[in-house]
Amino acid sequence: MPRRLDYLKETPSQTAGPYVHIGLAPGAAGFQIYDQELGWEIAGPGAKGERIRVEGVVVDGTGSPVKDVLLEAWQANAEGIYAHPEHPGDVEEGFRGWGRVITDFETGEWGFDTVKPGLVLGRGGQMMAPHINLWIVARGINVGLNTRLYFEDEGEANAADPVLNVIEWERRRSTLIAGRSERGGKPVYRFDIRLQGEDETVFFDI
Amino acid sequence: MSTPPKQGEFYQRDRRWHPPALSQDYKTSVTRSPQFPLISLENTASEITGPVFGHNDINATDNDLLSNFAQPGESPIGERIIVHGRVLDENARPVPNTLVEIWQANASGRYRHKKDTYLGALDPNFGGCGRTLTDENGCYHFRTVKPGAYPWRNWVNDWRPAHIHVSVFGTGFAQRLITQLYFEGDPLIARCPIVNTIPDHEAVEMLIARLDMNATIPLDTIAYRFDIVLRGRRSTLFENRLEGN
Repeated sequence: MPRRLDYLKETPSQTAGPYVHIGLAPGAAGFQIYDQELGWEIAGPGAKGERIRVEGVVVDGTGSPVKDVLLEAWQANAEGIYAHPEHPGDVEEGFRGWGRVITDFETGEWGFDTVKPGLVLGRGGQMMAPHINLWIVARGINVGLNTRLYFEDEGEANAADPVLNVIEWERRRSTLIAGRSERGGKPVYRFDIRLQGEDETVFFDI
Repeated sequence: MSTPPKQGEFYQRDRRWHPPALSQDYKTSVTRSPQFPLISLENTASEITGPVFGHNDINATDNDLLSNFAQPGESPIGERIIVHGRVLDENARPVPNTLVEIWQANASGRYRHKKDTYLGALDPNFGGCGRTLTDENGCYHFRTVKPGAYPWRNWVNDWRPAHIHVSVFGTGFAQRLITQLYFEGDPLIARCPIVNTIPDHEAVEMLIARLDMNATIPLDTIAYRFDIVLRGRRSTLFENRLEGN
C-alpha cells in the first residue's frame, strides 16, 4: 500500500464579515483601543519616488458600491524592491509597502497615499510593470480576492508585463489599469473594482 | 556557520477545500462573488514577499481582551476563556513572528461597531479585538470572554454560532488568510449558512476550537485550543530556482 503523504491542510477561509474593522481598523468601528493602528502609512516621509494617490470604489453585481470592504495593499518601492528579508536589496527608511484601507460607510469610496512602485523582477528574469497588489475582504466574500493595480501611464511596461499577458481575454486586461488624473498638482489614480458584471475585475489565484 | 534553509514558492491553494465564492445559502455572496474564473498565477516576488511585523508594532498586552478595553479594576462580563494554539504551515513547520489578529462580539452577542444595532447589550469593559505575534515555535494565545451567539439577516431566523474572527499573515502575501473559530459542542455550527459555505466536513472540523482542560487555569479561565495552518512552501530559494523543486 502506498505510504500516506502527511501534509497538513490549509485552514479554510471564512468571510471577514461586515465588522472586520473592529479587528483590523478599530478606529473606523468607532472606538480607540490601540496606541497604534497598523497599515495607515504605506510610504512614510522618507520614502523615495513619485507621491501618488490611489482611489476607487468596489462595486457589486447590482452596480451598488460595497460599503464594508477592507483592502490591503502590498507594493514594492520606487526601485522595485519589497520591504521583506527574502527580496534581494534594501528599502529606504520609512517605506513599508503595506497598507490597510477601508471604504467610507456612506459612499463606498476608498483611497490611500503612497509612492509609485518601480519595475519588479518577475519570473525568468522578465520585468513586471509597476503594480500594487491588492487583497479584498468583506461580508459575502468567502475567500479574500487578490488583484493587481497597474498604471495607465506605463503603457510600454504594461504591454510587456508577463502577468497582464497571461490574461487570455485581452479586453479584460483593462480592468487592472488605473486611470491617471491630477488634483492640486498631485497624480490621482482611479481604480474601481467590479466584483461581477460585464467589466468584472480580473482576480488571481496566487 | 550554517545558514537557515531558504524557502521557495507556495503550494497551490486547494480551492475545493475553501468555500466557493458563490454560496447560494449565504445570500450576500450572491452579488459579491466573481463569476469569471480566477486567473492562475505562478508565484513572483509580489506573492512570496509580504509585510513583516515586529514588537514595535504592537503592545505586549494587546492580546488580553479581558483588560485591553476594561476600566481599571473591572472586567468584561462573560465566561473567561483562553484561546491558544500554533500557527503552522502545511509542512507542519511553525510560523514564527507572524501577526495574529482577532475580533469578536461580546458575551451578549453584540459587536462594538457603530453599524451593529443588535438588541444585545454593549459591555463597557469589552472592546472585542486583540492582536499578538507568534513566538519562535509559532505559538500564540489570547485571553478573552466567550462570545455570544447572535441573529443575522440571511434567512429570517438565522443565528451565528459563537465565533471569533481570526486574521493571519504568514511570511508571504499569498498566505494571507481570514477565518473564523467556532467552539466545540455548539449546536448552531451545523445550521450556520456561513459555516456551510465550506463543502468538506473535515475542513469545517479544522475551524472548531477544542476544549483544552490542560491549558485551563483552575478557578479562573477555561481554555480552548485552535491551531492554524497556512500554505506550505517548497524548499528552494525562489530567485535561484523559480521553477521550484
